[in-house]
Amino acid sequence: MALLDVKNLHVEFTTYGGIVHAVRGVDFSVDEGETLAIVGESGCGKSVTVQSIMGLIPMPPGRITQGTAHLRGHDIIQSKIIDGKDIRGNFVGMIFQDPMTSLNPTMTIGAQIAEPLEVHRGHSHRDAMKRATELLDMVQIPEAAKRARQYPFEFSGGMLQRAMIAMAIACEPLVLMADEPSTALDVTIQAQILDLVKSIQKETGMAIILITHDLGVVARLADTVSVMYAGEVMEAGSVDDVFYRSAHPYTLGLKEAMPTNQTGRSRQLKPIDGSPPDLFSPPKGCSYAARCPHTMEVCLENNPNAFAMQEGHQAKCWLHHEECEVAAEDLYQA
Amino acid sequence: MSEPLLTTQNLTKHFQLSSNALVQAVDDISLEIAPREILGLVGESGSGKSTFGKTVIGLHDKTSGTVTFNGEEMPDRYQAGDFQRFANRMQMIFQDPYSSLNPRMTVGEIIGEGLMLHSDLKRSEVNEQVADWLRKVGLNADHMSRYPHEFSGGQRQRIGIARALILNPEFVVCDEPISALDVSVQAQVVNLLGELKDSMGLTLLFIAHDLSMVRYVSDRIAVMYLGSMIEIGRSDDVFFDPQHPYTQLLIGSNPEPDPNHERTRTSVSIPGEIPSPVNIPPGCRFASRCPKVMDVCREQTPALIPLENIGERHHVACHLFS
Repeated sequence: MALLDVKNLHVEFTTYGGIVHAVRGVDFSVDEGETLAIVGESGCGKSVTVQSIMGLIPMPPGRITQGTAHLRGHDIIQSKIIDGKDIRGNFVGMIFQDPMTSLNPTMTIGAQIAEPLEVHRGHSHRDAMKRATELLDMVQIPEAAKRARQYPFEFSGGMLQRAMIAMAIACEPLVLMADEPSTALDVTIQAQILDLVKSIQKETGMAIILITHDLGVVARLADTVSVMYAGEVMEAGSVDDVFYRSAHPYTLGLKEAMPTNQTGRSRQLKPIDGSPPDLFSPPKGCSYAARCPHTMEVCLENNPNAFAMQEGHQAKCWLHHEECEVAAEDLYQA
Repeated sequence: MSEPLLTTQNLTKHFQLSSNALVQAVDDISLEIAPREILGLVGESGSGKSTFGKTVIGLHDKTSGTVTFNGEEMPDRYQAGDFQRFANRMQMIFQDPYSSLNPRMTVGEIIGEGLMLHSDLKRSEVNEQVADWLRKVGLNADHMSRYPHEFSGGQRQRIGIARALILNPEFVVCDEPISALDVSVQAQVVNLLGELKDSMGLTLLFIAHDLSMVRYVSDRIAVMYLGSMIEIGRSDDVFFDPQHPYTQLLIGSNPEPDPNHERTRTSVSIPGEIPSPVNIPPGCRFASRCPKVMDVCREQTPALIPLENIGERHHVACHLFS
């Protein structure tokens, strides 16, 4: 059984305009030492997915209407407490996208890293501060002892992200959830942060759930990938399956819209025309049908189930139905 | 090479923060942009690329140096009349499509404002042109009476493009026009800019930090670090055969959407971050992080020198090559 196993998750928000169906039946699982990337564009529900599992969505207006998330056999949607301990901070750590606004500006960096140790592990303030300095050292912040006494405004963006990683791993979590951890950073700093996350994973064996829109970051870090669109997982599989044997037209569309680093170039990128559907009233059929180059009649009427390509690789697309006349191989080649 | 459309000669922009703190945001940059050329300008945040773009177009006063446009030297400090004079010829597309459109003006007013100010057209004629431009950038003419908040990020960026191009300028500074957009929408906007460039004969200064996208867009790429230009050359030469250690680092850091490539590559990340631009020490600005640093780098600022053996018009500012 997987370390964290999420099944059929549905999340809704009640707003003045009606009910937004932000997450509509998401499944994924992740094992120890493994990195799962959840990829998708803004508004596809990737952040809501992990935040709802963590219980970080204000309810109301948010509501988990269906679904389970088992962490080592405990359903953490029903109860956030395992063995008398809150899962947040203890078993699952989280780092956020914007390091500049995610830290408390009125607390020193050291005190913020020490806080989970005092709350969850019962360390004395003194011990926790000592450990905080070690953690800052571990995330390669020079002069850690001096830095621990400084405030967030005295840190650069890259350093703040390191501090946030130190905070997230302070209690040695089983799972680290990273919501766009490098999006706000410059590429050279991003490379440092990705290397750091990878080396910490090697040391601790924790599982990582990486949320990102950048396929390059996915290629660098992930073992498995789930591609999300309009609140659903359109394609899931190993990173090689999803990149080299893409089975869903949306995944292919994303890949073609990105500039490649191959020599020679065609001047035109291939954008995906149109925009994602309105999640106040999601379409009856496939949510990608309106933008898909392969749309068939069945796509407009019925939402496909996930079809299995091979072990661990699946795509939610009617093209893979056995009665479909368009050979799925044509997609593979593209 | 034809006569350049725009030339900057030792263009410098410093900000005096206090009597003993000087920010050298843009330092001594000389470059030429040919008519109908797209010059990509890349660098990390704090490298001075946006300040350079704004100084070129007159939104910042120059500290020293000159900007020559079509053979005419531009004023050091723009007066109101100068903007009036140059608005028809130089325009700017801004980075953030959310904060660069006035939320209290309709889209028609935003796009038409330039024409109202800089031409003798009547309101009805302006509206016709606005409708025409809305269609050109892939929006609907009916959208004229709507407000910016009714549009998505990609649509707002198209409004910003229409606002800049409706005056039929020759030269446009695009300051990170795609950074705030999703991947699939980025491609839409990049293609739109490319088509308009071809049909209108535009010359663009395209500022961005996304290297792979810049390579797609530009004819030549210039790389900035901490206020100075360290490398410039044809796009593919800079991208595939970078010479300056910083350019190599920058391109090596860019993750590629190719798992096999990513697994086999060796890590290129180097420690350290871009230093503060306040009171920069003498010598090469990259010296504090450079893996190939030599003694001379800490003493003398390297000049931009042409490299004979790599492509044409490839220039690098690094002591390794002198």
